Amino acid sequence: MPTSKPDAYQEFIKGLWRDNPVFAQVLGMCPMLAVTNSAVNALAMGGATFFVLVASSFLVSSLKRWIPKQVRISTYVIIIATFVTVIDYSLQALLPAIHKELGAFIPLIVVNCMILGRQESFASRHSIGLAVIDALGMAVGFLFALLALGSVREILGNGTWLGLDLFGPNFEPWVIMVLPPGGFLTLGLLLLLFSWLAERRQKLAERLAEMEVEGT
Amino acid sequence: MNALLWIFISALLVNNFVLSYFLGLCPFLGVSGRLETAFRLGLATLFVMLITALCSWLLNTYVLIHAPYLRIISFIVVIASTVQFIEMVIKRVSPGLFRALGIFLPLITTNCAILGLAIFATNKGYGLIEGLIYALGAGLGFTLALVLMAGLREETELAPVPRLLRGTALNLIIAGILSMAFMGFAGLFSAA
Amino acid sequence: MSTDSGLGLQSASRQGREPTSLRLILTLSLAGLLSGIIIVSVYEATLPTITAYQARMLREAVFQVLPRVTQSQRLVWRDGTLIAKDAEEKGEAAVFGGYDAGGNLVGYAIPSAGPGFQDTITLLYGYLPGSRKIVGMEVLDSRETPGLGDKIYKDAAFVGEFKDLAVDPEVRAVKRGTGSAANEVDAITGATISSKAVVRIINEGNARWLPRLDAGG
Repeated sequence: MPTSKPDAYQEFIKGLWRDNPVFAQVLGMCPMLAVTNSAVNALAMGGATFFVLVASSFLVSSLKRWIPKQVRISTYVIIIATFVTVIDYSLQALLPAIHKELGAFIPLIVVNCMILGRQESFASRHSIGLAVIDALGMAVGFLFALLALGSVREILGNGTWLGLDLFGPNFEPWVIMVLPPGGFLTLGLLLLLFSWLAERRQKLAERLAEMEVEGT
Repeated sequence: MNALLWIFISALLVNNFVLSYFLGLCPFLGVSGRLETAFRLGLATLFVMLITALCSWLLNTYVLIHAPYLRIISFIVVIASTVQFIEMVIKRVSPGLFRALGIFLPLITTNCAILGLAIFATNKGYGLIEGLIYALGAGLGFTLALVLMAGLREETELAPVPRLLRGTALNLIIAGILSMAFMGFAGLFSAA
Repeated sequence: MSTDSGLGLQSASRQGREPTSLRLILTLSLAGLLSGIIIVSVYEATLPTITAYQARMLREAVFQVLPRVTQSQRLVWRDGTLIAKDAEEKGEAAVFGGYDAGGNLVGYAIPSAGPGFQDTITLLYGYLPGSRKIVGMEVLDSRETPGLGDKIYKDAAFVGEFKDLAVDPEVRAVKRGTGSAANEVDAITGATISSKAVVRIINEGNARWLPRLDAGG
């Protein structure tokens, strides 16, 4: 959350790693795990969420003065659902093959707790510029997390990445990775990796601080 | 009759909402710490799912035929308001039932499993009876997954698990193994 | 969510300095109106592309399962005859008549669905009433296991089994290498259940449609 003087760069960068919606907050995974069985699907889902999040944050922060707080959640939901419908029809018209793959999971972006969460905790309290920057950071962080999941699952489960054959015909794919259990296992292991890295970094920072103390 | 049984078994076991479609993960990972709570939350979800099936059938039959583009927005608004209304009714009529299930109801309405149920049932073109059977299967399947998970988690509380692994990472890996076990149900209906 | 709108209305009427309920209702209606306008304009803008795409996919699927066909017509069964009807109606099953360049009926493309290994399999197959043979099969929708069950549409040999298949007395799935009769399909090794499901779905489609097609065609 911003201090007295919010820094736009900080607002953007926090969503990428430190407050990454998936790895740090474990938000919005409900409808997403199902479509991360390939990198392309993950990209498409991440892109759709990107659009909905950024557009909603923009609209919410520009309308925030006129939305009474008693009906704010309902208004946010209407706004989000509108943009989800827009992206649903646009994908169906422009990229029908991908729309067929994602199918029923696009409408479920509406109940992605991460999007409503950003409106409630950030967009409704900050200027348009900051709200959009925050949304961009969170959306890119989300996209990155989905892509990581989708890539791991596609590479191990199908031997391909974005449709490119990586290992040749002798590779025996781990089919389980593209099936539902693979989604749970991959996310569990990625979370483990994330918290391990976060802890290592914290220990490093502590040691640096100690050395500084000793040095002075 | 066979078709209805297939819808039920498919939603309950083979295509379990949580373990195969990843729907309702938030309560699955958040609330499934205790067996008792998990069971009640499951039943409350089942209840909301049955209402959802009814609402979405009414909407599909009478409203969305004329305005298909309102599907997403009307599902979420109508389901949320109906559940809110029923919650108030239960509070008046049966305080006991309200204490058992009531606190979960607002939480459940925003759960992806509910909207997912409405969208899936619509995509599959289910009628009223099929939709209700589907909701029954999905709701019981959700309860089953939640209760199994809660039981396993109560066990892991006491197990010597590495500190880093504790929490969501461990729960997801357990869920993965559970999901693998549920894959055994595939073919249950078509093997005959 | 409207959880809040409900509570909001109550608390607003109780406390005077809060916004009036009229204002709350006005805000929500305005939001609804705005969203309605956006949704309808996007819907109108994308609808032609979407319908054209869906029609093209269906036509291509029909041409895929019926060789030598250049036109198709949606047909429904009503009052003992087949009639042409383009508009879909809920709960009403349809087949697609396939015609050659001269406008002569070649055969029918029959959609059928049923339980597979994982989830419902929806498929379309081409049927020639003259020779009582199936001449093509395409899976439209399925969630079968990748690498095993999905061979029902990825395995060329299996799909090829349906290019010349007798429907009498009924289609049967047999172990690979043991089938020789005209009505037998070699099941996929390792995906016997999915293979049998495809055969069963076709037999169900036959049971429903063949008597009608033979009578009405």
